[in-house]
Amino acid sequence: MAKIKGAVVIDTERCKGCEVCVVTCPMDTLALAVEVNAKGYHYCYAANPETCTGCANCAVVCPDGVITVYKIKVG
Amino acid sequence: MAELTFKDIIKPENLAYTKSKLMTDNVMHYCPGCGHGTAHQVLAEVLEEENLQSKTIGITPVGCSVLMYNYIDIDFQEAAHGRAPALATAVKRLMPDKFVFTYQGDGDLAAIGTAETIHTCNRGENILILFINNGIYGMTGGQMAPTTLEGMKSSTSPYGRNVSTMGSPIKMANIVAMLPGTCYVTRQSVNTALGARKLKRAIKKAVQYQNEKRGTCFIEVVSNCPSGWKMTPVESNKWMEENMFPFYPLGDIKVPEEK
Amino acid sequence: MEKELRLMKGNEAIAEAAIRAGADGYFGYPITPQSEILEYLMEANPQVTTGMVVLQAESEVAAINMVYGGAACGKKVMTSSSSPGISLKQEGITYIAGAELPCLIVNVVRGGPGLGTIQPAQSDYFQATKGGGHGDYHLIVLAPSSVQEMADFVEMAFDLAFKYRNPAMILSDGAIGQMMEKVWLKPQKKRSEEILPWATTGKPATREHNIITSLDLDPERQEKFNQKLIAKYREIEEHEVRYEEFMTEDAEYLFVAYGTSSRICQKALQLARAEGIKAGLLRPITLFPYPKKRLNELADTVKGMLAVEMSAGQMVEDVMLSVNGKTRVGHYGRMGGMIPTPEEVVDNLKTFIKG
Repeated sequence: MAKIKGAVVIDTERCKGCEVCVVTCPMDTLALAVEVNAKGYHYCYAANPETCTGCANCAVVCPDGVITVYKIKVG
Repeated sequence: MAELTFKDIIKPENLAYTKSKLMTDNVMHYCPGCGHGTAHQVLAEVLEEENLQSKTIGITPVGCSVLMYNYIDIDFQEAAHGRAPALATAVKRLMPDKFVFTYQGDGDLAAIGTAETIHTCNRGENILILFINNGIYGMTGGQMAPTTLEGMKSSTSPYGRNVSTMGSPIKMANIVAMLPGTCYVTRQSVNTALGARKLKRAIKKAVQYQNEKRGTCFIEVVSNCPSGWKMTPVESNKWMEENMFPFYPLGDIKVPEEK
Repeated sequence: MEKELRLMKGNEAIAEAAIRAGADGYFGYPITPQSEILEYLMEANPQVTTGMVVLQAESEVAAINMVYGGAACGKKVMTSSSSPGISLKQEGITYIAGAELPCLIVNVVRGGPGLGTIQPAQSDYFQATKGGGHGDYHLIVLAPSSVQEMADFVEMAFDLAFKYRNPAMILSDGAIGQMMEKVWLKPQKKRSEEILPWATTGKPATREHNIITSLDLDPERQEKFNQKLIAKYREIEEHEVRYEEFMTEDAEYLFVAYGTSSRICQKALQLARAEGIKAGLLRPITLFPYPKKRLNELADTVKGMLAVEMSAGQMVEDVMLSVNGKTRVGHYGRMGGMIPTPEEVVDNLKTFIKG
């Protein structure tokens, strides 16, 4: 069965750590980092990258446009 | 087969989503989690996909989104508080082939600019009014807006909005839907990906109706104000779903007959 | 339309002149004593001839903001009103000045304050020449004294407004707005199709996006912008002063009066001369920029200047500033819609001479 693999690239320096992407993600791919960026925000990152399906929900809802999404069919 | 690496996936040919090219590189000044940013990007996506950059004149309000012109790469006019529809009226009348929209908050559109809103809709000006309703004055620091819910606390209703002395929250979309000049009135949201995608479809319809000279399109976006509501972004979205959406239900209020 | 001689009201002359000057849009709201401008334009319906947009707005506030929107597209747009309506427009006017937009605002002045009266007055001089709304700015202010000038100044005001990217005002009054005189109308000009480089007309790939705004949150940049505005006003003062003189060569006493008052002073001048008083008249045509230099020169040769205005004494302050103490300055004014007679003016000149 064909499977879709996704990946997110996050501009962490522009992320404001609002967490909206984290709760939107249906696959629990994303989380907020313990570390902060130069602005002092706990930026978001792909904590479980292997679960990403490239649905782009996170990027669509991100108020700051910091997420770019890629996806590829495998198998 | 070897497992795909991250590098294998993030190739240009696999791009699924990136922000619109019409968004500038300026970092938006909005607070974390503010719906304005998402609404801007949805709008920019439509303008890009519909190839409207060279045809669009946007009118920004006074309020948090006053500096919107720094974020989308199109021609903009900045209006006095509440007057955006008057500017848009003249722009569209003088240049009928352009795509003209206003972007206004609830204080701007539903308080100080009520007359302009209603009369522009009543004349059926062929423009899009994009109305961001977060029930509060964000820029000035969280004062009560005409759309503030009953009992809702703000810096000028510290004990909650008392409708017997402060009036009831006003449903502008329902008011303008009654006017023959409006052709399309809908209420949307941007707190979820589904909401943002629906808003995008609504704006695309508004572009089509403006091309067809059908009258005024009015799209309300029920949104949040984490700072003004004194909540985290995630809490504010939950609060919005539980309190704002029942009073300002999402969905189409008025749709034109299909041609 | 060819050059044409017509008998018209001042208000109608403005409307017809606007069409013929190739104006792109007029946005108005009814108020006495200038409603004929909107009425005339609605009847003339230039939308079908020249393509000029004419729109009755829901308020003066909306009308001036429509002017802002149109002007920001680089279009030749105008509005008109009378004193209480112009007060309402002040917010829009200061935004227009702050965004450096060209446009024409006509004020057919009536007596105030408040609802006041519908009769003519000149009591909006301060408001017109010193700013009117908030912030440091000036309008270019033209003061017609005849129906002919009501027509002629429309094009002049547009030309100056576009030359300096600054709002221009025709400061008239209910007398000139309502009176009928013969007027030569210019032939029809074509509406301009030029796309101005700063205007919001849709961003092509060849330029940055244009932003029309009066906002700058950075105080250093905002101060620089204010300095730029001031430099523009100095340039206007240098190049655009217009005035008219009557019998100033040998004048010992000078009337200073504009608009309706200047017409009365022309008669008063003759009456005074008949009585052996060597009177003269300087009529400022531009109220901003004000003919300061010329008044200062005349202060060397006259024994005194009497400002005659239909107000409690507004322009007289500019006369005083112009002469800077070199000569005596007096004031005679009527208010509330009253118009002084030439005889009254001469009597007051005699009182002024006695000191």
